[in-house]
Amino acid sequence: MAGPHGRNLRWWALGSAALMAAALSLVFFYAPNDADQGFIQKIFYVHVPMAIVALGGFVAAGVMAIKHLRTGDRVWDLRSYVTIHISIILGVGVLITGSIWARASWGKWWVWEEPVLVSFLIVFLLYCVYYPLRFSIEDPGRQGRYSSVFAVVAGAFVPLNFMAVRLAESYTHPRVLSQTGGSLPGEQRLTFIVAIVAMTALFVTLVKLEITAKSAAMRIKRLRARMERAAEERESALVAG
Amino acid sequence: MIRAALAILRKDLRLELRTGESAPAMVLFSLIVFVLFHFGLDRDTLEGDLASGVLWVTILLAAVLGVNRLFASEREGAAIDGVLMAPIDRTAFFLAKAAALFLYLVALELVALPAFAFLLLSPSLTGALPELLAIVLLADIGLAAVGALVAALAVETRTRELIVPLMLLPLLVPVVIAAAAATEPLFSGSQAPDDLGTWLGVLSLYDSVFVLVSIAVFDFLLED
Repeated sequence: MAGPHGRNLRWWALGSAALMAAALSLVFFYAPNDADQGFIQKIFYVHVPMAIVALGGFVAAGVMAIKHLRTGDRVWDLRSYVTIHISIILGVGVLITGSIWARASWGKWWVWEEPVLVSFLIVFLLYCVYYPLRFSIEDPGRQGRYSSVFAVVAGAFVPLNFMAVRLAESYTHPRVLSQTGGSLPGEQRLTFIVAIVAMTALFVTLVKLEITAKSAAMRIKRLRARMERAAEERESALVAG
Repeated sequence: MIRAALAILRKDLRLELRTGESAPAMVLFSLIVFVLFHFGLDRDTLEGDLASGVLWVTILLAAVLGVNRLFASEREGAAIDGVLMAPIDRTAFFLAKAAALFLYLVALELVALPAFAFLLLSPSLTGALPELLAIVLLADIGLAAVGALVAALAVETRTRELIVPLMLLPLLVPVVIAAAAATEPLFSGSQAPDDLGTWLGVLSLYDSVFVLVSIAVFDFLLED
């Protein structure tokens, strides 16, 4: 009994493993070395898909939270929570790979001139507050509602923040868009697309796995409580009889 | 709805006038932070981007104090149940709280801005007052909307005095970016900032998004 989220979990896992393998082989054996940055530029195929998927996850969690607030169905709160959780984990990876890339191409571990990375840090810090907020509310109904309100507000904040940070940087450092999109040559573009698909598949698999694990844990808790109740009733029946 | 909001606002302002728990504390706090910056930066006068940064960070930190106290009168003695049982729209409650915070912020700036000009700022402010007024008021609307929302989110949690700064400050990063960037040319002596319109636009966009989002989600807070 895997529950609705566990359905096809094995196929998702195998699929994302295959896609990841394909993406990595393309990265290492097919995509050409960057003329400007050389081999290190290949971290781009991990860093950028991870960032896009994590941000997509944050926004998707906001949509799920709206669904939870409108329908009152607790499963949407669970989905929103787990989506934020996995996005935060990817976010750690984004910041680490971004930092490595910055070190390799600019010689510094952190550059404030990179608006996307800076915006990502702010969004990441904001979403980290989701945990202390969620776990300092005991009442389960209120916990879900308040967490969903947070997810909606933070989801609205994400695009606004990106706009403000980009404006702030563009006034001091005029920049070209070429680095992360725009004019990718064919081989690099294909590798990039496969990498994004693979990262998305991995993300969905992880979310499904985590939801399944959480629902299983809750089921066990409920069953154990029921078992203990039954045992108590039997005992009191024995004493009475 | 407007009448209910005004009634709550009147109640809050009367309480504030009699106890002086929020605005005077915010003013005092901002003065202390100016002194700290004087020693921390080891500078007698500030100008340009440093001045606008110090001013806006100080206002933001002072705002945290006001947000922390915003629902204090309702929390104590479970008076919040009374407000929630009254047959009024939740939106009225939000508008009243945001308006109260807005007025506290205006009161804070009425003292903190002249004090800043007196203590730390080297260029004169008199020529740039209309622009500064527009920036400050637009920033205050955003601060008030987000502040009231965060206060309502945090009031039912066990760790509310942690949640408020941790959640409020990242949410206000766009306000700092826009307000500090718009104030910077006013503080560096050049009277004609060319990108003032852009930053006022960013602030207005921020204000409208968060006023609307807050009104939309406030119904789900402070239930039962």
